[in-house]
Amino acid sequence: MFRNQYDTDVTTWSPAGRLFQVEYAMEAVKQGSAAIGLRSKTHVVLGCVNKANSELSSHQKKIFKVDDHIGVAIAGLTADGRVLSRYMRNECINYSFTYESPLPVGRLVVQLADKAQVCTQRSWKRPYGVGLLVAGLDESGAHLYYNCPSGNYFEYQAFAIGSRSQAAKTYLERRFENFTDSSRDDLVKDAITAIRETLQGETLKSSICTIAVVGVGEPFHVLDQGTVQQIIDTFEIAAEQEDPATEPDAATGQEAATEQGTAADQGGSTDEGAAPMDI
Amino acid sequence: MNFMASKQPENSLLSPESDSQRTLYPYVTGTSVVALKYKDGILMAADMGGSYGSTLRYKSVERMKPIGKHSLLGASGEISDFQEILRYLDELILYDNMWDDGNSLGPKEVHNYLTRVMYNRRNKFNPLWNSLVLGGLKNGQKYLGTVSMIGVNFEDNHVATGFGNHLARPILRQEWHENLSFEDGVRLLEKCMRVLLYRDRSAVNKLQIAKITEDGVTISQPYSLKTYWEFSAFENPAQGAIGSW
Repeated sequence: MFRNQYDTDVTTWSPAGRLFQVEYAMEAVKQGSAAIGLRSKTHVVLGCVNKANSELSSHQKKIFKVDDHIGVAIAGLTADGRVLSRYMRNECINYSFTYESPLPVGRLVVQLADKAQVCTQRSWKRPYGVGLLVAGLDESGAHLYYNCPSGNYFEYQAFAIGSRSQAAKTYLERRFENFTDSSRDDLVKDAITAIRETLQGETLKSSICTIAVVGVGEPFHVLDQGTVQQIIDTFEIAAEQEDPATEPDAATGQEAATEQGTAADQGGSTDEGAAPMDI
Repeated sequence: MNFMASKQPENSLLSPESDSQRTLYPYVTGTSVVALKYKDGILMAADMGGSYGSTLRYKSVERMKPIGKHSLLGASGEISDFQEILRYLDELILYDNMWDDGNSLGPKEVHNYLTRVMYNRRNKFNPLWNSLVLGGLKNGQKYLGTVSMIGVNFEDNHVATGFGNHLARPILRQEWHENLSFEDGVRLLEKCMRVLLYRDRSAVNKLQIAKITEDGVTISQPYSLKTYWEFSAFENPAQGAIGSW
């Protein structure tokens, strides 16, 4: 993607029918550190990689509880993510107050998408630079959605966003058919393994990843460090079989759905340290 | 400024421009609604009377209406306010349907929405002068609740409004049990309605019974209850009335 004369305003179309500002916003998502989500019939697990700026600082919060039955993981401009989480929390709590019932996830996601769309059609606004993986439970079961800065949303069995998410997607693609009937614990294990894929060789420890679960009879919550470390330890003991699809792929098989816009993927995302957008 | 000519009340905190903006008393009213949970869902009964003060003026008022796919609403009190509530709910269900996703508002959600509406109106000193009964079921879960004009709401296995609370609830407390059959439920409701017919001056002998089950709402055609007036105590009612009081 190169600079051109149609990319200054979000309200300017290119001759090829593209809105470059929206696509640049989606680039911001690709630059953020990875977040993944996967679901079974009864549970949804979210995971993300936390990179702190330096050893002295704490890491960015990327997973937010929205309500007892909904949580969200973000990648991209975390400030935008925080604002959207606050909006989602507000919507959920207002619905609960009026109807004494949890807001169906599908409706929240549509409201969020419509909010994002507004920013793609006003000259005085900019698109939100954050991608959201919304995990939630409602009457119709467990759901995982991905909300784009473009205002699109898709439902997924499993998905990954952010830098080096392709590695995680490859892993998830191989395994997703089993997820529907997975137990909760297997789902968490798969989530941690998918995160490990994005680290590409770096040691996996609980201090650099965060896992959250929501399920039937289990309100949304973030797993504590100790629990996560225990699960990680069971992998290391079992020793690596299967896994690494370390080669950042010839991108066989697009996954469940592709984001529109260019394929300029993160394959070459340089950083070993924090992705700049996460500050 | 000629203060003598103005009819504004002194304390304008209590009223907006003038008192004609707030409900002070009801005009055309419906009397009790009685409802109970039974094996397959909810049964609700209400007569078809609309009283204008002490005149039994309208005799074909339908005081129970289906709401969406899962609920049934019965109302006593001001009939025009009931019609207003039906318009609110119509809009609510319309927007719910417009989402066109698999979700729909169940009886619990509608009940709570109504509670919010009634309570908010009460806070503005401009109530909707009704006592509402909201029953229904969704995914096999039965629900029966009530809301008053001041926003008091609760759920129970059997509810009633107005005189029904005093005359029908005691009967239901004795005779209601879990998993009533349809026939037993109707019989029980008719027993309650008959007592109301004898003792509530605003009752008329033309009623409907509505049921809601997983298959939907059915409201019966209007019919009358058989009554018996040959009790010996009714003969020569003035017999014991010697002197005054």
